[in-house]
Amino acid sequence: MRSVLTNEILKTFSKWRSSIAFIAIAVVVPLVHIAFYLQGEAAAKSLARGLTQDFFLLGNLLNGYFVTYVVLNTLWIHVPFLITLGAGDQLAGEATGGTFRLLLIRPVSRTRILLAKYLTTLLYTCAVVLFLGILSLVLGIALFGTGDVLVPGRTIVIIPEAEAPWRIGGALLLALWGMWTVASLAFLLSSLVENAIGPIVGTMAIIIVFYAIGNIPADLFRDIKPYLFTTYLSVWQQALEQSIDWHAVASSVLILGAFSVGFLAATWYIFVRKDILS
Amino acid sequence: MDSNVVLETAGLGKRFGERWAVRDLNLVVRKGEVFGFLGPNGAGKSTTIRMILSLVRPSTGEVNLFGKPLRKSRSEVLARVGGMVERPDFYLYLSARRNLEIISALQGDRSRGDLDTVLDIVGLLPRAGDRVKTYSHGMKQRLGIAQALLGFPDFLVLDEPTSGLDPQGIKEVRDLIRGLSVDRGMTIFLSSHLLHEIEQTATSMAIINNGNLVVQGPVTELLSKGEAAVRLEAWPAPEAEALVRNFPLVTGVRRNGDLIEFAIPRESTGSLNRALVEAGIEVRALVPRRSLEEYFLAITAGASEQGAPRTRRPLLRRVFTASRTGDAGTH
Repeated sequence: MRSVLTNEILKTFSKWRSSIAFIAIAVVVPLVHIAFYLQGEAAAKSLARGLTQDFFLLGNLLNGYFVTYVVLNTLWIHVPFLITLGAGDQLAGEATGGTFRLLLIRPVSRTRILLAKYLTTLLYTCAVVLFLGILSLVLGIALFGTGDVLVPGRTIVIIPEAEAPWRIGGALLLALWGMWTVASLAFLLSSLVENAIGPIVGTMAIIIVFYAIGNIPADLFRDIKPYLFTTYLSVWQQALEQSIDWHAVASSVLILGAFSVGFLAATWYIFVRKDILS
Repeated sequence: MDSNVVLETAGLGKRFGERWAVRDLNLVVRKGEVFGFLGPNGAGKSTTIRMILSLVRPSTGEVNLFGKPLRKSRSEVLARVGGMVERPDFYLYLSARRNLEIISALQGDRSRGDLDTVLDIVGLLPRAGDRVKTYSHGMKQRLGIAQALLGFPDFLVLDEPTSGLDPQGIKEVRDLIRGLSVDRGMTIFLSSHLLHEIEQTATSMAIINNGNLVVQGPVTELLSKGEAAVRLEAWPAPEAEALVRNFPLVTGVRRNGDLIEFAIPRESTGSLNRALVEAGIEVRALVPRRSLEEYFLAITAGASEQGAPRTRRPLLRRVFTASRTGDAGTH
C-alpha cells in the first residue's frame, strides 16, 4: 500500500494543476492583509458597528486572529473551488490522460489504487486548508500582532485573546473536516466522467445550489435543509461562538463524516465495476 | 487443464448497450507462442485485450490466465503479465524514468531492477530523464513496450505495437518481439490490423471480425501462400483426378468419391477447367475457396472503404459464405 500511496502523492504534487491552489492562496491571503493594513482600522471599527457608542472597546481590534477569521470566510466558495480543482482531477485526470491503461492492468487491486487516490486527495485538501490558515495567522500576527477576536454575526461575539489561538486552530480543523466532505464529493463525481471539468463544475454547482436551498426561508426548503451536507459546512463557525455548543459540533462532525464515507463508498462501488474505455 | 495454455478465453463476450463488441470468443494461446490477433479496425481487438488485462468486465464468459480465472486470481496472474493497450499514454509531466518507477512500484518486486535494462532494450536510456511530453510518437510507442517489459513477464500482451512507427522502427520492434520470444521464452500476444505484420512475427494467429472469431490456428497452416484451395466435382472422377494430378502447379490432391480437393494458383483455375472440358470430363463444380489472405483483404477493404456497418455486413456475409461453403461461383 505504501508504494501505491507514494506513487499517487508524487503524481499529484508534481502536477502543475496542484500548485494552482497554493499560488492562489499565496496571492489572495497577502492581498487581504495588505487591504487591512492600509484601510483596516476603519473596517474593523465599522464591523463593531454601533458598539462603540454603548461600550468602550479596549485593545487591538485589528489583529492577526481577526484577519484570519476574515480570511476563513473564503471557506464558503473559494476554498471548495481550489480543493475541487485537485479532487475532481484525481480519477478523471487518469481517464483523460489514458493512464488508467497503465495503472489498472497491474497486480494491484482497484480498491487499493482507489484508496491511495482518496488518501492523496485528503492530504491535498489538508495541505490547502492548513496552508491558508497558517499563512494567514503568521502574516497577520506579524503585521497586526494579537488581540481579542471580534466575530460579527447576528450578535457580536468577542473572543478573548487568551482563547483565540485554540479557537482559531479548532475552527481550522473543523473547516478541514468539512472540506474533506467537499473533496469526497468531487472525488465521487471524478469517478463518473473522463474529464476533470465535469467534477469541478458539478461540485461547485451542487454546493451553490445547496447553499441557496438552505437559505431560502420557505417551509419546504427548511425541511430539506438537514439533509444537505452544505448545511454542516459552517461547523467551523461553532468554534468561534461565545460559548461552544459541543453537542452541535459533534453532530455536525458526525453527519459530515457520514457524508464523506457515503461518497467514498459510492465512488468505490462505481470504480471497481467501471469499464476503462479511455 | 493443459498446463501449457497461457491464455484461454471461454465464451468471452462484451456488450455495450445493444451492440456486441465481442461475441462468444474462444481463444487459446499456448506457452512459447507468438500469437497474432488480427482484425480490421473496430473488429473488437482492443475490447478483447482490455478484457484480458482486466480493464473491461466481460458481459459473458471468462478469461483464464495460466489456468486460473482472471476474475478470482487477478493479482496473482497479472503479476506474470505485461501489457500495452492502444495508444501509449504516460504521465506527460514526468520523466520516462519516473513513469517507469511508478509502474514498477505496482508491478511488484520482480521489476525493480529492470528500469535501465528495459530502457536500454528500447533504446531510450539516453533520454530517460526527459519528460515524456517532449517525446515523439515513436518514442512513446517504444516506452510503451518498455513498461510492458518491466519484470520480464511470462506473458506479454501488445496492442498494435508497431502502429505509428517508421519502417525502421517497425523492423526494430519486430526483431525485439522475435528476440523476446526466442531468447527469453516469452509468450507474446500481439494484435494488428495488418496481415503481413502478423505473418512476419507470429507463429499462431486468430482473425476476428465484427466481434466474432473467424479462424484460429498456426500461421503456416492458415496462410497457404497465395494458393487457392479448390474443390472439384467431376465425372468420371478417376479420370478427372488423373488429369488434375498431372496438371502443372497442382499440389495436395485428395479424392473422396466424386469430390476432388487440391491447391492451385488462382490464375490457373480457368485453364484447368478448359483442360477438363476438352478431355470430355463433365465438370459439375469447380470452386476455388478464397485463401485467408484474400478473405482478410476483403474484410479490411470493406471496413476502410465502406466504414458504415450496414454496407459492411452484406459484403461480409458474401465473403464468409464463400470461404466456408465455397459457392463463390464456378470457372
